[in-house]
Amino acid sequence: MKKGVFLGIDVGSVSTNLVVINEEKEILEAIYLRTNGRPLVALKEGLRKIYDRIKEEEILGVGTTGSGRQLAALVLGADTVKNEITAHAVAANYLVPGVRTILEIGGQDSKLILLKDGVVTDFAMNTVCAAGTGSFLDQQAQRLNIPIEKFGEIALKAQNPVRIAGRCAVFAESDMIHKQQLGLSIEDILAGLCDALVRNYLNNLAKGKKLYDKIVFQGGVAANIAMREAFRRALCTEVIVPPYFEVMGALGAALIAAFEREKQPYKTRFKGFNVKDAELKTENFECQNCPNFCEVVKIYEDYEVVGYLNDRCGRYSQMNNKKLAGIG
Amino acid sequence: MKVTYPHMGNMAIGVKAMLEELGVEVVLPPPITKKTLTLGTKYGPEFACLPLKLNLGNFIEAYELGADTILMAGGTGPCRFGYYAYVEQEILKDLGINYDLLVLEPPERNIMEFIAKLKKITDNKPIFQVIRAVKKGFLKIKAADEIEKKVAFFRAREITKGATDRVWQEFLQNLNRAREEKEIEEAVNQAVVALARIPMDLARKVLKIGVVGEIFTLLEPFTNFNIERYLGNLGVEVQRTIYLSEWVNDHLFLGLFKNYSRHKEIVKEAPPFLCHFVGGHGQETVGGVKYLKKQGFDGVIQLLPFTCMPEIVAQAVLPAVSEVEDIPVLSLVVDEHTGEAGLITRLEAFCDLLSFRQKGGNHEKRRISGN
Repeated sequence: MKKGVFLGIDVGSVSTNLVVINEEKEILEAIYLRTNGRPLVALKEGLRKIYDRIKEEEILGVGTTGSGRQLAALVLGADTVKNEITAHAVAANYLVPGVRTILEIGGQDSKLILLKDGVVTDFAMNTVCAAGTGSFLDQQAQRLNIPIEKFGEIALKAQNPVRIAGRCAVFAESDMIHKQQLGLSIEDILAGLCDALVRNYLNNLAKGKKLYDKIVFQGGVAANIAMREAFRRALCTEVIVPPYFEVMGALGAALIAAFEREKQPYKTRFKGFNVKDAELKTENFECQNCPNFCEVVKIYEDYEVVGYLNDRCGRYSQMNNKKLAGIG
Repeated sequence: MKVTYPHMGNMAIGVKAMLEELGVEVVLPPPITKKTLTLGTKYGPEFACLPLKLNLGNFIEAYELGADTILMAGGTGPCRFGYYAYVEQEILKDLGINYDLLVLEPPERNIMEFIAKLKKITDNKPIFQVIRAVKKGFLKIKAADEIEKKVAFFRAREITKGATDRVWQEFLQNLNRAREEKEIEEAVNQAVVALARIPMDLARKVLKIGVVGEIFTLLEPFTNFNIERYLGNLGVEVQRTIYLSEWVNDHLFLGLFKNYSRHKEIVKEAPPFLCHFVGGHGQETVGGVKYLKKQGFDGVIQLLPFTCMPEIVAQAVLPAVSEVEDIPVLSLVVDEHTGEAGLITRLEAFCDLLSFRQKGGNHEKRRISGN
């Protein structure tokens, strides 16, 4: 029998995630993929995998989030487009009712979200520095020839974590190399790195903010047990890592699409799974219409223009609305 | 003498009117673009803030158009801006661009000091002519500010997106063309009428966000990604705590027009969080949050260029102000990086946060539900 489901998609800089929930908001499927710098390829692959699993179901609504949310929304036809901060908050509040603090570390961004009674009261996002994010951990693991999945395990074996300068990724790396040349063990260096990243995160984002219990830790980096441990030590309290911690953005997007439909029933704009086999292409050009000289991106699906992105004045992106009413 | 000066929002219109009234030839730099930024970052010191780099870009571009004299504001106090004019001139010299430099330091005693300086620039023109020129320049920026405030109101409520912006652009052109005082008034009236004709949705629930921070970042739309227009299109009414005409009245005219600017009122609100001058607009930023809260605003955004000392001081104080005053504050650092995606994410999330708060009351309704 056909059932109704909601699809949530989080197109991030490092990972592209998809989550499917049913009308009771139970999670049916969750997929975590690497974006590898090609969001459209990742998106198609994600759709193919999801399609294989939920062929039978009817899609009632689609929500997108993440830095590639507009792109994904244009290509797929989404019903809700939401920023990742709100999406993460919605998901965390759903899985861990009563959460007050969300620590989220993704590929390029780290976020701190504070809630009260299920309402976001404050948030912060790393600004000009990406020292405390997943990409940096990835890079260091690669440099030391350690699979990222083993990172946490190895770091937990540390006897005496060394102190690593964590203010900036460049300082941190040279400090790590220095400690490494002194002959210190990899375990101690990795554990020190985790402490440094936590310090960096708290200095950069928490800045004078009070963090109340329940604290939830999510995003790809939450997979790293040494990072969980480092947070627990620094905050002197329990840090909850919810199930589906790495696809929280996508879950939030799916929940938003579902909530929206409860509030105000809509007919989904989802274009169907054919997109997974379509030829997706982008092209960019510099608009000469005003001194902004925006680099406008044109998106093609099977040689047909599906939309425009990245113009400041809306000269082109206004046309998206005609193709797909009300996105933005 | 072909005078040029840096861009800062609508300032160019006023200064141009003033200088031309004095018979000085003006060469305006082209509007700030990516090219301006590229030139500025190429030749400016890396750790200088964005205003210096953009000034530098402006001067290089204006030189290509034939300018030979720079008119710049100076300043005193902890903000580095006070010596930017000289640093910029030195950098330009190294590039083989030789400009004459005229620096208008803020007067210490009264407006006559400012006028005396202008007289020097203008070959000792009679004083009444100088005063008339200053007045005309001031009237223009005052008109621009007046309409810009109205534009913020209409933009948040317009039914067809972009209608208000069209009126605004047309008004700026008219204002720029206006020669006599009467024509300035006409331009204003025309804009007011045109705005009144825009179909509006007055029932729309509009969020009110105040913008505080460093003056250049606040006034120059290129540096702040045109945040006011962006928020306006999201249906948010935006007001700044600094308008150029207020600043001119305070700093160049030393408060000649009484009760015109809100500056004193705003600074008064800064204690107990920040009790003394820290340079730039640090104190105004801190006071601005409390001031805006009293005016019934839903949230405040602080804008600062990367490495701006006064604003960093203010930023460190703001979490406490935000908590005590119970008003959300978002700090946005701008620099030559163009991570617009991150900026938009923050602005959207901030608006979400504010609308959750606005709904208030009923606990069930306040739950996050994705709108």
